[in-house]
Amino acid sequence: MQLDTAMIDGTMVVTVREDRMDAAVAIDFKERMRDVTLDAPGRVILDLAQVRFLDSSGLGAIIGAMKQLGSRRRLELAGLKPPVAKVFRLTRIDTIFVIHNDVAAALTEDGSRPHGGTAHAC
Amino acid sequence: MRVDPHKRPLPARRPGTRGRSVELRMVFSCTPLGVRGALARILAGLGAMELSADDSSTVELVLAEVLNNVSEHAYRDDPEGLIEVQLTQTRAGLGCRVIDSGHALPGCRLPPLRVPDPDRPLCDQPEGGFGWYLIHRLTRDLAYLRDGGRNILSFRIDVDQSLRRN
Repeated sequence: MQLDTAMIDGTMVVTVREDRMDAAVAIDFKERMRDVTLDAPGRVILDLAQVRFLDSSGLGAIIGAMKQLGSRRRLELAGLKPPVAKVFRLTRIDTIFVIHNDVAAALTEDGSRPHGGTAHAC
Repeated sequence: MRVDPHKRPLPARRPGTRGRSVELRMVFSCTPLGVRGALARILAGLGAMELSADDSSTVELVLAEVLNNVSEHAYRDDPEGLIEVQLTQTRAGLGCRVIDSGHALPGCRLPPLRVPDPDRPLCDQPEGGFGWYLIHRLTRDLAYLRDGGRNILSFRIDVDQSLRRN
């Protein structure tokens, strides 16, 4: 599981370099996310534009990655392809994430205004 | 018809001719990469159905969820267990049967439907359990049978076949 990271204007962008997020990579994804976001700022954008297929294992791993960021940092999503967006929509998990069309759109938002989603703190 | 899941794997049967219905049968090992490879071959084998991108992704998702369940639960003690998938194109969509020789589902019945609750606080959100929900949402006539040491899960997936009929 390859994840690339970049810091852009104080926001961390994590790009998933895989075309599938399924049971074969879910645990690896969560561990790699913990490693790369160890010193992450308050806002992390997960770029899923290269992911063509996501199943419930991949969905669970993304929820897990958001949980392990803790309550003071937030994971937002960008670039969901239609099959990926469908899984978020059917499970209604799209309502707990801030979801952007793509990374460029995410970076033009200031991050304080939810874009169709609301993250519930604990 | 009795099917022996231990028989040697057969390649996908692909009539492939436009206008004929597609039938496909495949046996493969339940390893994560075995399942990935089978999904790719199944999707290729369904090419003659000319599914829309949306229907194709639904078929891939449902089969992935079903096969993951078999790998992770039915075959929890058997990392090399064999899975058989039978797909038949009907007027009513795609008929599917998935057969394995692993552990039965608890109580020999389909698990109760757990509907996701996005209003729960994030820390209480489950990281699993969405698979069966997606299977229920995207299939019809979902049925489970425990038969002589085998699990047989059958269901239908609605697909738009209007393009083919025209």
